[in-house]
Amino acid sequence: MAEENKKIKITIDNITVEVEPGTTIVEAARLLGSEFAPPTMCFYSKLEGSGGKCRTCLVEVAAGSAADPRPMPKLVASCRTQVMEGMVVKNITSERVLDARNGVVEFLLINHPLDCPICDQAGECYLQDLSYDHGKVGTRTEFVRRTFKREDIGPLIQLHMTRCILCYRCVMVADQLTNKRVHGIVDRGDKAAISTYISKAIDNDFSGNMIDVCPVGALTDKTFRFKNRVWFTKPVDAHRDCETPGCCGKATLWLRGEEVFRVTSRKDPWGEVQSFDGKPGWICNACRFDKKKTSDWVVEGLTQISRHSVIGANKYKVLDVPKETITEVMDGRDPKLLMNIHSVSGVNRPEIDLSKLNRPAHSDDFEK
Amino acid sequence: MTKKILLEKIDVPGIKNYEVYRREGGYRSVEKALTMKPEEIVEEVKKSGLRGRGGAGFPTGLKWSFIAKPEGIPRHLVVNADESEPGTFKDRYLMEFIPHYLIEGMIVSSFALGSNVSYIYIRGEYAWITDILDQAIAEARQQGWLGKNILGSGFDCEIYTQRGAGAYICGEETALLESLEGKRGNPRIKPPFPAVKGVWQRPTVVNNVETIAAVVPIINEGGEAYAKIGIGKSTGTKLISACGNINKPGVYEIDMTISVEEFIYSDEYCGGIPQGKRLKACIPGGSSVPILPANLLLTTAKGEKRLMNYESLSDGGFATGSMMGSGGFIVLDEDQCVVKHTYTLARFYRHESCGQCSPCREGTGWMEKILKKIETGKGEMKDIDLLWDIQRKIEGNTICPLGDAAAWPVAAAIRHFRDEFEWHVNNPELCLQQNYGLAHYAEDIRVPVA
Repeated sequence: MAEENKKIKITIDNITVEVEPGTTIVEAARLLGSEFAPPTMCFYSKLEGSGGKCRTCLVEVAAGSAADPRPMPKLVASCRTQVMEGMVVKNITSERVLDARNGVVEFLLINHPLDCPICDQAGECYLQDLSYDHGKVGTRTEFVRRTFKREDIGPLIQLHMTRCILCYRCVMVADQLTNKRVHGIVDRGDKAAISTYISKAIDNDFSGNMIDVCPVGALTDKTFRFKNRVWFTKPVDAHRDCETPGCCGKATLWLRGEEVFRVTSRKDPWGEVQSFDGKPGWICNACRFDKKKTSDWVVEGLTQISRHSVIGANKYKVLDVPKETITEVMDGRDPKLLMNIHSVSGVNRPEIDLSKLNRPAHSDDFEK
Repeated sequence: MTKKILLEKIDVPGIKNYEVYRREGGYRSVEKALTMKPEEIVEEVKKSGLRGRGGAGFPTGLKWSFIAKPEGIPRHLVVNADESEPGTFKDRYLMEFIPHYLIEGMIVSSFALGSNVSYIYIRGEYAWITDILDQAIAEARQQGWLGKNILGSGFDCEIYTQRGAGAYICGEETALLESLEGKRGNPRIKPPFPAVKGVWQRPTVVNNVETIAAVVPIINEGGEAYAKIGIGKSTGTKLISACGNINKPGVYEIDMTISVEEFIYSDEYCGGIPQGKRLKACIPGGSSVPILPANLLLTTAKGEKRLMNYESLSDGGFATGSMMGSGGFIVLDEDQCVVKHTYTLARFYRHESCGQCSPCREGTGWMEKILKKIETGKGEMKDIDLLWDIQRKIEGNTICPLGDAAAWPVAAAIRHFRDEFEWHVNNPELCLQQNYGLAHYAEDIRVPVA
């Protein structure tokens, strides 16, 4: 039996790491640190069967295993490929991988509304990070972006289908945390959309976790909607004795002053919920949506934030600020938007032209 | 004249019915197979060199030998009759006119694989063929070829038909299994392969209709006799569904020694191109394989005659060759527009993408929009390069082969017909009124006189 428990040695970008058998490549790479781990948009280690869909974690396998050192002909999804003894993986050292990843980012963005300035996810959005790290400057598409009919999925969660990247995580949350899933993917191809079964409201004790697993701003907290930008709020770890079975009672409160603006589950450096005693720390809707006073909670202290996000890492500082104005760069022409943001963003009110306001835009200027 | 095997009896009146089929020698292979050991049948299929007829051309015997045999877990045979590839209609012909052939092949294959419950997953649009197959299954059961203890051998077998709901993606084997289980037809991420965990997590073999039908002559005549037909690794006969600009569209059974030129121009097969027009291009194996211009279609890059078989059609790789695919042979004459044709295919793949993984979901739609732009005279030169870059980033990076299937036709069209794309860009007015016509390479192509 000792033979079976032997650790497996694999090499990722010329660094050798020892892992348990059955580990996936991406989990092995995460042991090395964030700069070596392939980015993931759909993989969520706490959700069974997740991954393989977004294709951002593609890596090159230069040698399949010690027993069969042939390279794998195609790039493989590292989140769904298990390690083998003697496997040699190329992530950032492979031109092919970087090129393919660059393509995936472009694909994910060609129909994304890019309405970050009015999106509640901005600042903690994995698509922002991904496009910053792996995307190109500029766009090659000039077609009208895809839009969807707005759908109300209940009083607690806001769905913005235009922002969705179809990672299927929220579907898996509903499948694996609750006993009756009422939403899923309808239609196919580029018309595929998250929707409820004949416009039912999503109503169960753990539905709020759909917000936490969503990597983009497709599912956001209605109680936090337009209330604040995440980078203005201060996260603190807190806990309470929650009686809901399955709720861990450990959460992150997002404060501004003394006011609790938002409650989320605690995240690990990979953006997934932290595990407590080996179990994923999902929180119930009562903790998330109803306990919005500091007196409801026992505050433990400041949350350690992995500075993963675009704004958290202040990455924009390193960009050169152009010396000319935009009009000068464009030979005297005024800049023109390639897309009509009114038509692609689900929250704009077409009757209000934001560019004509002579005051800062207010949350009343947007659709709630 | 090719000796017909699968279609030998197709013209016998009443062959759809059990009595006639049995009188013509049907179900002999079941009688023979049940006296053999399952491993012997697999061995016989291996010897025959039979390759999967659905498109990939994987050796069937080898595929069968991969099936996991865990103790106490049932195994299944699933026949892929979800024939949705544009240009391919060979299985439909076989199932519609000689349904017992498939049932017979399935009983033998089920015995070889140890499958007591086998399925035919048929595309939803083939509703009337489902009825024909159900009728044939009922007749076979009545006559004791299906059910418990077939011919006293102790082997039980049931066959069920299952209609799809109209999705091309469900022809991909793992999407087919999902759909068969009653779920959304999203391809699974492999591994695990169906041979280990297929339908309901049980070991499963998924084979094309024609492949399973070909098991019947292999058992009747022996694997070695079957291997003698054809050439090299392309053994046996292949059904080709020919369509497009030819005089005699239809399903033809060929042994894989005839040349492409003979197939197009011989009266026995396609009968040449109507109104004496010249050949421009051809897709030799169903819409997803690369299109070839006339010169590369008739002769390989080495100057040899191109033959209708797996090796010869793929000679030269994708640079100068194509693929046998599923045998959907689409011929384009000099009046066809390759850009419009590519746009039509791109539209199809966009519509049929399942939307699960990002390169295919977003990329197919993007390619379609760019092709529409070029086709309607609004294209720019950079669009052609962009199109090339998009297809390159889809190919090989998706969960299932639909991404490749969408990328290859676009890649091949640009590779071989770039001048026609550029002509569209340079002549935005003209391209709406007339077609580009033959490309520069077609001038020296000999046109055989019928």
